[in-house]
Amino acid sequence: MAGQAAPAGTGRLAALGAWIDERFPMTKLWKEHVSEYYAPKNFNFWYYFGSIALFVLVLQIVTGIFLTMSYKPSATEAFGSVEYIMRDVEWGWLIRYLHSTGASAFFIAVYLHMFRALLYGSHRKPRELLWIFGVLIYLALIAEAFFGYLLPWGNMSYWGAQVIVSLFGTFPLIGDALIEWIRGDYFISDITLNRFFALHVVALPLVLIFLVVAHILALHEVGSNNPDGIEIKKSKGRDGHPLDGIPFHPYYTVKDLFGLSVFLVLFAAIVFFAPEFGGLFLEAPNFEPANPLLTPGHIAPVWYFTPYYAILRAVPAFAGTQVWGVLVLFAAVFILFFVPWLDKAPVKSIRYRGPIYKVALMVFAANFIMLGYCGLKPAVQPFKTLSVIGTIIYFGFFLAMPWYSRIDRFKPEPARVTS
Amino acid sequence: MRSIRALLVLLAAVPATALAATKGFPLQEANTDVSSLASLQRGARNFVNYCLGCHSAKYMRYSQVAEDLALTEEELRENLMFTGTRIYDAMESAMPADKAREWFGNAPSDLSLIARSRGVDYVYTFLRSFYEDPSRPSGADNAVLPQTAMPNVLASLQGTQRARFEKTVDEEGKETEHLVALDPGTPGEMPAPAFDSFVRDTVAFLEYVAEPAKAQRKALGIWVILFLLMFTAFSYFLYKEYWKDVK
Repeated sequence: MAGQAAPAGTGRLAALGAWIDERFPMTKLWKEHVSEYYAPKNFNFWYYFGSIALFVLVLQIVTGIFLTMSYKPSATEAFGSVEYIMRDVEWGWLIRYLHSTGASAFFIAVYLHMFRALLYGSHRKPRELLWIFGVLIYLALIAEAFFGYLLPWGNMSYWGAQVIVSLFGTFPLIGDALIEWIRGDYFISDITLNRFFALHVVALPLVLIFLVVAHILALHEVGSNNPDGIEIKKSKGRDGHPLDGIPFHPYYTVKDLFGLSVFLVLFAAIVFFAPEFGGLFLEAPNFEPANPLLTPGHIAPVWYFTPYYAILRAVPAFAGTQVWGVLVLFAAVFILFFVPWLDKAPVKSIRYRGPIYKVALMVFAANFIMLGYCGLKPAVQPFKTLSVIGTIIYFGFFLAMPWYSRIDRFKPEPARVTS
Repeated sequence: MRSIRALLVLLAAVPATALAATKGFPLQEANTDVSSLASLQRGARNFVNYCLGCHSAKYMRYSQVAEDLALTEEELRENLMFTGTRIYDAMESAMPADKAREWFGNAPSDLSLIARSRGVDYVYTFLRSFYEDPSRPSGADNAVLPQTAMPNVLASLQGTQRARFEKTVDEEGKETEHLVALDPGTPGEMPAPAFDSFVRDTVAFLEYVAEPAKAQRKALGIWVILFLLMFTAFSYFLYKEYWKDVK
């Protein structure tokens, strides 16, 4: 070694790295997915929410592990153990608020992330499977949030679970057996709480992590879409890298770090100053223990479910059964799987689409928020009528898409991304 | 894209409008201040003297109260604790639940979380809204919670109140009676403003009991957000530094 200039990356650490690389593709994975993953350079505001959602997933897992250390999944102890966490566990209140606020933040990030896909056509060929993994993540997240909501064993936990589980009872013939099978009992009980705990802390987190890995692998296989909706891989430089692409690390790691820190400011503002968020993130009746004899004055699911709750309630019972509402509810989520094939536009991005899609998407987004608002309210007028109109608009957006996405006025796509 | 930003703003405004007004007797604002130690200390004394006889606060420990309200162990023992309780004990009521059910028809509820489940304004208004009603077993009813099993334990301080009812006739000619106001009856030991602050202190203590970390979380939150704002500035410049050669 004497007299030789040491090349970059020698020494014990590099030797260890080389030792590992001979046995495990550490450097290869790092290059493939981070330092040499070329992402379009024109990402805008809407592209922050993927990394934010990933951060929140990690936050939920870490805070969840610490909550599990002190939580007791038993009907007699659950409520008290949450209060024990809030009072006697060191920083327990912070861990719990991070987790409860994180649940809502997860949905905010995911909704904005999905909206981004609709803006720029990120679900279109060749990213259909990427989108499908995304919808599966959303489904798993819904289940995860639903199971988790029972765990504090407050009165809204109890009655919320009661209402949602009873949806499965509307199926003809098998309904009663089905809800009994889900609850494991004749009512929501200690047994139900235990299995929801198992599903919330083991089963669904595993499913979520698996799906997120699949989502990211699919993304890195096809490459990221961008606000122009054109494929950067079509214009490659001499080095074989896309001319409009930049390595994810360091460019997007630092940019996402900035986006994440802005998110954290807002997140901390809620955690420290409004953890209940006006009753939307933590509902007042949930500070009373579960009581099978006392129904809360108004049962509404947590805000992130309310658009679908409004859709459920908008469908009237007929032929002597309520099952139609439940079927429409399931259809409302399952229709998301088909969006890549419903959209027939020759361009992906909203930038090169005409007024029809722009109006349709804006109406859809506003309508989704309106449905969410209706779902929070009791089933009285005007919310009943608004829910029906909202449900028609919700399905209209998707079902009429093959038609209106074709007849729009389109602008020519550029060959290279614009800034 | 401007319309999308507007939509986001709209989304942020939803919580403010999501709180529906509830029907019934209008609630008065409690105007409590959980950061005032003096108010909390007075409230703790009121709670122990007037509430704890029947109601528990079973998730609250005496030791925690002493620590958060800056009381010495001696002050705690002399002012807040019943004989026979230990400092790490929870604030349990001395009244057995089965006896309570026998005497009042209902076991008095645990008050650990009442300020969160019902809200401070509810508790504040409830405590001030008892009125004379000879038809009730205790001789009093409450405007906020009609048919309450709770007797008017603060009558000696507040004095008594009389309810004023008004009859309204709806479209179908059905008559209903509404409680519209409470008028003062026999005066108590405290003038009205003194009684109001007595109740306010008590409710502030209950608000503290419902979430002992509340004052700490707000005090700490300012520093966390200041740090994150600095971190945001730092990450912004880092981002700009790296991106200056991206053309």
